[in-house]
Amino acid sequence: MEFFWYVVLMGILAVYLVLDGYDFGAGIIHLFFADTEKDKKAITNAIGPFWDANEVWLIAAGGVLFFAFPTLYASSFSGFYLPLIMILWLLIFRAIGLEMRGQIHNHMWEAIWDKAFGIASLLLALFFGIALGNIVRGVNLGMVQNGVSTQEAHYFFLPLWNPTFSPQANELGIIDWFTLFLGVVSVVALTIHGANWIIYKTNSALNPKLKNLVFRLNFVLLVLVFISLGIWHFIEPKPFHNFVENPILWFFPLMTFVGIAGLFKVRSFKKDGHGFIFSTLFLVGGFASTAVSIFPNVLPSTNKVNPSLTIYNTAAHEYGLNAGLSWFFIALFLVIIYFIIQYRVFSGKMDDIGYGEH
Amino acid sequence: MEEMLFYDRMQFAFTITFHYLFPQLTMGLSLIIVYFKWKYLKTQDEQYNHATHFWMKIFALNFAMGVVTGIPMEFQFGTNWAKFSELTGGIIGQTLAMEGMFSFFLESSFLGLFLFGEKLLGHKWHFVTGLLIMIGSWASGFLIIATHSWMQNPVGYEILENGKFVLNNFQALFLNPWLWPSYLHNQAASLVTSSFVVAGIGAFYILSKKNVSFGKLFLKTGVIFGLISSIIVAVPTGDLAAKNVVKYQPVTFAAMEGIFHTEKKGSEIVLIGQPDVKDKKLDNKIAVPNILSFLTYGNWDQEIQGLDQFEEDLHPTNISGLYYAYHIMVGLGTVFIGLMVISLFQLIRGKLFETKWLLWSLMFMMPFPYIANTTGWYTAELGRQPWLVYNLMRTAAGASPTVSSGNTLFTLLGFIGLYLLLGMLFLLLVGKIINKGPHHVELSTEKI
Repeated sequence: MEFFWYVVLMGILAVYLVLDGYDFGAGIIHLFFADTEKDKKAITNAIGPFWDANEVWLIAAGGVLFFAFPTLYASSFSGFYLPLIMILWLLIFRAIGLEMRGQIHNHMWEAIWDKAFGIASLLLALFFGIALGNIVRGVNLGMVQNGVSTQEAHYFFLPLWNPTFSPQANELGIIDWFTLFLGVVSVVALTIHGANWIIYKTNSALNPKLKNLVFRLNFVLLVLVFISLGIWHFIEPKPFHNFVENPILWFFPLMTFVGIAGLFKVRSFKKDGHGFIFSTLFLVGGFASTAVSIFPNVLPSTNKVNPSLTIYNTAAHEYGLNAGLSWFFIALFLVIIYFIIQYRVFSGKMDDIGYGEH
Repeated sequence: MEEMLFYDRMQFAFTITFHYLFPQLTMGLSLIIVYFKWKYLKTQDEQYNHATHFWMKIFALNFAMGVVTGIPMEFQFGTNWAKFSELTGGIIGQTLAMEGMFSFFLESSFLGLFLFGEKLLGHKWHFVTGLLIMIGSWASGFLIIATHSWMQNPVGYEILENGKFVLNNFQALFLNPWLWPSYLHNQAASLVTSSFVVAGIGAFYILSKKNVSFGKLFLKTGVIFGLISSIIVAVPTGDLAAKNVVKYQPVTFAAMEGIFHTEKKGSEIVLIGQPDVKDKKLDNKIAVPNILSFLTYGNWDQEIQGLDQFEEDLHPTNISGLYYAYHIMVGLGTVFIGLMVISLFQLIRGKLFETKWLLWSLMFMMPFPYIANTTGWYTAELGRQPWLVYNLMRTAAGASPTVSSGNTLFTLLGFIGLYLLLGMLFLLLVGKIINKGPHHVELSTEKI
């Protein structure tokens, strides 16, 4: 049962990453590459009817985490207190940026909210990468000092950074060179992903430029991925042990590389949607590979005193998990139907159906 | 620890108070919007469709505000109340996860269609999407009240040796006797808010001689919905909710009513008075003998337990706050019924649109349902203190153990700043929509 809910949780998170991922990417493109009013409009049109629903996947993930793995929810949300509240503020800021912009037609007003949307998207992409880095790296569970827990075994609290900026320090912080590096990987990957979405959903003049951008950034991404495989050893002495034991799991890293390889052909795809499929493969593959590499841990412990948090020692009681099944499949079925309806009605290029034209 | 708990509580109180300003309008308003669209389908009168569009626009803005201020609520369970989440997450996480899966997906998927899809969908399907949004928002309210009801009156659980609450009866969460009266009371109250807003803006249009025909339509609709809902808030839902408090939380009831000492031969009802918690008495009170016993038990001489019957340790933490919150809610509720009865009377006589003083009253009454709803929520929440889970878990035991008071103060200040900005932007935009008037809302060309 724990494993089932773990797969559900990871599935929802992966969907969230793919969907809100392109929103963040679109925001980053908007910040750096949209020069004309027409470009900006093309970008916001491309995500207009979707971003709200995309964000719901995060809330759904939070809900499932809360009820299926309450101990993990409690310890990680209070442990990562500051970054999570800041992520909240950024989510709010990004949303009001999008909502407010079109409400008043004034140059300065629009410029302010454009920046709010772009900067919040950039920081969110960075923060989510940093968050993933923190989970992989692990934390000092129980706040152990000199071999003695000062807290219950699964509680901790991380400040934003430590003076040494090292992922192996005794006093860890949220941001160190390792987590920051993963943050950068996330920004690059989501920029590519967002660009692919814009190419897919619009006919804007930006598209040829974006294809070139994807092509060039893809080199950067490839290099970053290889470096991250290299530095993984600092965090996990045997980073591939799960893959060695279960060779079938190589499927996920393979998916990642198929994604990256495919993206190099971005300029010659016959259909605009193909780039998006490959960046989705990269994101899902990368996310799944990372999750699999620490499985069954969900939050590794960096000290020897307290055991890592796993899906087994953080799960809710059997009865509740079973009861959840009774409603989950109905809900999932409905969600898929809504999703199909939404994407069918708003199918095709967004600028073709005149959405958002003034 | 004391200080941290204080900031945690302030933060939750502040963020939920601000958050609830928005859903209390959207839940009721979704019903009124569906009504307008339905009238349009029946009569083909363009005015109803324009009315639908106008209120959809206000709905969308409120909905967006509700969403962005709602996400922090879910986060705070984990960030600020980690111990509570850890121990009860297996139970209340159930209803909260259901809210995400059942309501938010429904609302967010169809809101885009409802706002921008009228031409793509045709009027009938447009009505259906509106209905689906209403169902989503009402389901959301239901699952939140179900969570809240479990905290007020825990059911279907057992407590393990390690202190964890585990669910042993899923159905019990929805058969909780606390749930249905609270839910219906809450929904009726949210309909009161939206009715008063619709009526108030109608009155504004008539008084300012702008969009007068819409003004009349809004006023008429607002008054009819307003009268029905403000009566339902009191009877039967408010009455049933109060009887639940008597039954399951008698000490809370005593504090709400300001009864410090048990009166053997029936209890008076206090209309006005200021509780003096130190000397255990009410100052300047105006009270009617024996009414409370009758209202509560249907028996004039029934004894109602006063605070003196309970150990001080079990008394609500903030007796005077609770007393005032409850009395403001009840007092305003009475005013609402009175005002709506007079308005309907004038409407039937055909004189409502000319009765200036009534139009002014309706317009200025707009903020008061918000106050009544907020104080109603405070009544429930202050009534439960010092417990997080009634009689089982103290509030102090639920806070995050590793987060220091400095951090909670920092984030509290951050939320205050951000929400002040949000509030100002919201008022600016709502003012703009109202000022433009219903004729100018063209949905197919609107942007999210």
